Amino acid sequence: MDFLNTLLIGITAGSIYSLMAISMVLVWRSTRVVNFAQAGMALLSTYFGFEAVTRLGSFWIALPVAMVGGALVAALVEMILIRLLVKHSSSGPIAGVAPIIATLGLLGVIRASTSMIWGGQDVRIVGPVSNDGYTINGTTLVFSPLKLLILLTVLVLMLILSLVFQKTNIGLALRASAYSPEIARLSGIKVDWVRTLGWALAGAAGAVAGMFQTVNGNGTLSPDSIEFSLLLVSGFIAAVIGGLDSLIGAVIGGLVLGLMISFVLMYISSGLFFIAPFVILLLVLFIRPQGIFGAKAARRA
Amino acid sequence: MTLTVSNLTVHHGAICAVNQVSLTVPAGKLAAIIGSNGAGKTTLLRTLSGLKHPTQGEISWNGENIVGTKPEMLVRRGISHVGEGKSVVPELTVKENLELGAIWRRNNQESKESIENVVSIFPRLGERINQRSDTLSGGERQMLAIGRAIMSKPQLLLLDEPSLGLAPLVVEQIFQTIRDLTNSMNLTVLLVEQNAMGALKIADLGIVLNLGSVAVAGSASALIDDPAVRSAYLGY
Ligand SMILES: Nc1ncnc2c1ncn2[C@@H]1O[C@H](COP(=O)(O)OP(=O)(O)OP(=O)(O)O)[C@@H](O)[C@H]1O
Ligand SMILES: [Mg+2]
Repeated sequence: MDFLNTLLIGITAGSIYSLMAISMVLVWRSTRVVNFAQAGMALLSTYFGFEAVTRLGSFWIALPVAMVGGALVAALVEMILIRLLVKHSSSGPIAGVAPIIATLGLLGVIRASTSMIWGGQDVRIVGPVSNDGYTINGTTLVFSPLKLLILLTVLVLMLILSLVFQKTNIGLALRASAYSPEIARLSGIKVDWVRTLGWALAGAAGAVAGMFQTVNGNGTLSPDSIEFSLLLVSGFIAAVIGGLDSLIGAVIGGLVLGLMISFVLMYISSGLFFIAPFVILLLVLFIRPQGIFGAKAARRA
Repeated sequence: MTLTVSNLTVHHGAICAVNQVSLTVPAGKLAAIIGSNGAGKTTLLRTLSGLKHPTQGEISWNGENIVGTKPEMLVRRGISHVGEGKSVVPELTVKENLELGAIWRRNNQESKESIENVVSIFPRLGERINQRSDTLSGGERQMLAIGRAIMSKPQLLLLDEPSLGLAPLVVEQIFQTIRDLTNSMNLTVLLVEQNAMGALKIADLGIVLNLGSVAVAGSASALIDDPAVRSAYLGY
């Protein structure tokens, strides 16, 4: 039973990390920026979700509200901050460092603003279904209706995303602009707007990750919540494990990370909560420096 | 529609790559642009398609000055550019690369018909339609690059060294196809080439660029017969 429990917890947590990793990958692919503010943007979106849940009382309305809010915030950040940055620092070492500093700065600004607006203390988001574990043959699992719902929702969202990417003109424009911006422009694609769209999708994915991370934890939300630090670290590591450039890689990276953390905590030591992800990252980077889906295969998804 | 370039000057930083170039290509004509490495041929094409901004000068297409217009808007005005070195997206399939060329029309039915048209011109692409384009041979990739450009139903086609790295037999085929397309689609074509003889043979006009300036311009047959051009660029 322990094993099954650990497996299911790992997959659920991993599916949330996958979403976060997807949002990092979408941003990386559209603008070649590693966005350290991604979890901050997810935090802000989750506060939007909190407002919606408190006023309207429904998680299923709050989720799309958070997604739209997250998409708008991300699109604005891309249009105002990232475009300027890319325009004004075209070469030299600063060009590589500037986006890192800018997004780290943004993370600080978002954290400060959320605590100004919503205060430093915890607020609560009630999940759509119970987080009490299922009982099988008299044993109670940690795996709950809520976790099942999270898994299914993430799965559905990923299917939709992959259909959009593979089957629609917008998906083709997103892929072409990521791989060969020049050929995309010569084909008539307005690459600047496609980049903004990539950020918006990333913002929406991050919002879902934030909402689920909150209700899957203890349901509370605060500007310096540990859940969000974990989301930032895990999303980033999962994206790197997956090769940073691949959506499938992000999904697998998230699941691998979720499972490994879950098993390490269960069978080795629960004190390794924050160390385990880093050890896993280092292991992957030693064995395959380009990430599991890195290099050539990476750009397939 | 006529392309007229007047006094065009283009810099890469301090380097002047194109210097006071003026030329005219009448509608439906094929102009070959030849010249040694670094003569400014690629820079000229990139400026015509809007990828590069000129320092000075005018580009008139269909009677309007197009300097400052973005490449994604110039496609909508009939200008298609096939860049140097097999201008395809390697990660996409043959079909997706072709769809890319017509994506701005937002008309999937029209796009399908255009794909059928391209496949009838290049049957090899039809056989490989669902293959990733990085699995194609060099010649097939060049066909795909031209196919993508055709998909947007251009009136002005800019081709940058389509013969680069291809076997002589394939080069001949590609040149023949370019000539056929010029006639059948009534295209205006600028063909940049290192293979000067091959290009001049199918061209109506010839333009020799040297250090960024027009050294010789005239009918293609006159250039082939010009002793100076022969010894400098045709090698005999
Ligand atoms: N991105 C760039 N930055 C700086 N200089 C450049 C750049 N691109 C081209 N140049 C310079 O501009 C000049 C013209 O280059 P261009 O590529 O237009 O020549 P070309 O005629 O196409 O040559 P080739 O036949 O070798 O393709 C060369 O001196 C080249 O070094
Ligand atoms: Mg060139």
